[in-house]
Amino acid sequence: MELAYDSIVCVKQVPDTSNITGEAMTPEGTVNRAALPAVFNPEDLNALEAALELRDQHGGTVTAITMGPPVASEVLRECLYRGADRAVLITDRRAAASDTLATSYILSRAVETIGRYDFIFCGRQAIDGDTAQVGPQLAEKLGIAQVTYFERMVELNNRTARVRRNVGNGWEILEAELPLLFTVTDLANEPRPPGARRVMRYKRARTMDGVRRDVVAAMPNADEQQQEAEWAKRLESLKMGQLLLEQWDLDKVKADLRWCGVTGSPTKVHRVQSIVLTKEGHTEVSPTEAGIREMVHELIEDRTFG
Amino acid sequence: MIEPNRDGDVWVFAEQEDKTVNDVSLELCGRARQLADQLGVGMAAVLPGWNGRELSHRLIAHGADKVYHVDDKQLEHYRTLPYARVMCQLISKHKPQIVIYGATAVGRDLAPRVASEMRAGLTADCTALEIGDYLDPRSKIEHKNLMLQIRPAFGGNIIATIVNFDRWPQMATVREGVMPLGEDDPRRSGEIVDEKVEYNDFDSAVRLIERHREKRAVNLKAARIIVTGGGGVGSKENFQLIRNLAGVLGGAVGASRAAVDSGFIDKAHQVGQTGTTVRPALYIACGVSGAVQHRAGMEESAKIVAINRDSEAPIFSVAHYGIVGDLNKVIPMMIQAIRERA
Ligand SMILES: Cc1cc2nc3c(=O)[nH]c(=O)nc-3n(C[C@H](O)[C@H](O)[C@H](O)COP(=O)(O)OP(=O)(O)OC[C@H]3O[C@@H](n4cnc5c(N)ncnc54)[C@H](O)[C@@H]3O)c2cc1C
Repeated sequence: MELAYDSIVCVKQVPDTSNITGEAMTPEGTVNRAALPAVFNPEDLNALEAALELRDQHGGTVTAITMGPPVASEVLRECLYRGADRAVLITDRRAAASDTLATSYILSRAVETIGRYDFIFCGRQAIDGDTAQVGPQLAEKLGIAQVTYFERMVELNNRTARVRRNVGNGWEILEAELPLLFTVTDLANEPRPPGARRVMRYKRARTMDGVRRDVVAAMPNADEQQQEAEWAKRLESLKMGQLLLEQWDLDKVKADLRWCGVTGSPTKVHRVQSIVLTKEGHTEVSPTEAGIREMVHELIEDRTFG
Repeated sequence: MIEPNRDGDVWVFAEQEDKTVNDVSLELCGRARQLADQLGVGMAAVLPGWNGRELSHRLIAHGADKVYHVDDKQLEHYRTLPYARVMCQLISKHKPQIVIYGATAVGRDLAPRVASEMRAGLTADCTALEIGDYLDPRSKIEHKNLMLQIRPAFGGNIIATIVNFDRWPQMATVREGVMPLGEDDPRRSGEIVDEKVEYNDFDSAVRLIERHREKRAVNLKAARIIVTGGGGVGSKENFQLIRNLAGVLGGAVGASRAAVDSGFIDKAHQVGQTGTTVRPALYIACGVSGAVQHRAGMEESAKIVAINRDSEAPIFSVAHYGIVGDLNKVIPMMIQAIRERA
C-alpha cells in the first residue's frame, strides 16, 4: 500500500516591499509599514504548493501555520483556498519583537503541539527581512535534518526521500530519512491559484479574535452583553461549519517565555536609517561629441581606462 | 551560547569547494583582520574539508593568525550536519567573540543551524561590519566594542544596524563582493592547528547522491570595467550596443533586472541585490534607473558613469559622471571617442 504523508507548511504575512511607492515613505524618509499592503510571502506560496503536490500524489494532510498578529489569519484563509486541510494561527503579544531565533523556537513549539508530521515546508526567505534563517533554525530546534533551496522531490520511497536542491551555481541530490524540513524557492513550482469552490466555502473562516472584531464592527452601538451573545452565536455556527480557524497562544504551545519575544532574541536593532539619495557630487557631461570626448580624456588621464 | 568573552578571537568560516577557497572567505579574512586589530585580539579561520590542508596558507596570506583545520572524508563536500558539528564544537572549545560567514548558498544554510544550536544571535546578509558601542535602552548599560552588523532591510529601503551583546558569539553572514578582496600577502605567517571533531550518527543522516556544478561563464566580479544595460536599452537586438561599448573597453557586460526579465540577456549578467555585487574600477550604467536593489550591487565601484535620458533618475545620485541623453546617441559617440584616443 502507498503511504500517505502529513506536511506542515509555515507561512507568513509580510508588507509588500517590492512595490514601495512614495506614499509609503514618511516625510522623514522612513518606511511607513502601515501604508504598505500586506501580502502572502511569495516563496511561502511555493512551499504550500510543494506540500499540496505531495499530498495530491500520495495522500495525507497539509496543515498551514503562521505566527503573527490576528490579521495574519488572512494568509491562512489563502492556504485553505488553495487546498490546505487545516490552519493554525499562533498569536500572542508576548511573541512580539521576536527575532529569527525566538520565532523558530515558537514555531517549533507549535509543530510539537501538532505532533505528527513527515515534512515541514518553509519558504526560503521572507521579503521583509530576506534572512532565510527561520527554516534552518526550526529544523535544528526540532532535531531534524534540513534541505534548503528545495527544487523538487526526485523520489519518495517509504520513509526515504531523494530531493534535488538548487545551489545557484549548480544542483545536488540529497537523500535522507523522514522527517525532513525543506526551504522552497520560487524556482520549485508555479503556485496554484485559489480554487473558486474553496473560496466560497472558506471565505467565512475566522479565528476567535477575528469573529470578535467582526462583531464589534457589525454592531458598534450594542452593549457588551449583546456583543458577547452575538460572538458566542457566531462561534457556534463557525464550529458547526468547520470554519473556525485554530488560534493558539504561547501557553497552548507550552513555550518557555525566556526563549520568546524580546528576552528570547539575542539580536537587537541598534539603529535604522532610511536610504537618502545624496544629490551631489557628479560631473554633468553634455551629451555631445565634445562633452563625451572630454570625459573620455579625463578617464584616460586618471588611468581608469586601460 | 557562550558568555561574552572579550579576549575571544575573531573568526571566519572558510568555505572551500573542489579544493579552492571561495573568494568571499578571503574577503572576510581581510575585514576580520581589521576588526581583530581594532579589538586587540587574534584572527582565525575555520577550514573544514578533506585533503585540503594546503588551502590554509591562502587564509594566512589574507590575514589569519591561525587556521583551525578539520580534515575528514565526510567534510569533502558541504553538508549541513557535519559542518554544523565542526563549527559548534570548535566555538564551544575556543570561545571566539565573533564568527562571520559568507552569505553564500553554504553560509546561509550553515550559519542559522549553528546559531540555533548555540542559541546565539545571527544577522543575515550584512554589507558592513564595524566595531562600536551600544547603549541598551532597557537596562541603561553601555556595551563597549560590539560588532555592529549593518544590513539593508525592507527590500533595501532602509539600513539597519544590529547588535548582540549577551548571547555570543556575535555572528553574521556577509554578502559576497562587498568587502574588498586583498592581494595574497606571502610574507604573513600563521599557525595551522589540526582539530579533531566528534561526530554522531545523526551527522551523517543526509547523504549526497549526486552533485553538479556549472562553471561561472560570466565573471563580473573579476572585471575591471563593467558596462551595464538596463530596461532603457529597449530590445535584445539593441543590447549589441552595450556589448560593443564593453568590447572597445575590454570590459564585461552587466545588466539590470529589468533587462534580464525582458529577456535581453541572461540572468548570469545581473548586477544587484539578487545578482552579483561588483566593485570595478569603472561602471558604466546605460538606461538603468538605479533602483535601490541595483545600486546595492554597484555603488562601491571606483568610478561610475550614468547615461539616462531622465535627469531625475536615481542612478545619478551615485554617479561620478552623469550624461542626460539618449543612450542610442551617446554610446556610439563614446565608442568613437575611445577609438580615437586609443
Ligand atoms: C527583491 C527584489 C530584488 C531585486 N534585485 C534586483 C537586482 O539584483 N538587480 C536589479 O537591477 N534590479 C533588481 N530589482 C529590480 C529593481 O527594483 C528595478 O525594477 C530594476 O533595477 C529596474 O531596472 P532598470 O532600471 O534597468 O529598468 P527601468 O526601471 O525600466 O528603467 C529604465 C531606465 O532607462 C531610462 N531610459 C529609457 N530609454 C532610454 C534611452 N533611450 N536612453 C537613455 N535612458 C533611457 C529610463 O529613463 C529609466 O530610468 C529587484 C527588485 C526586488 C523587489
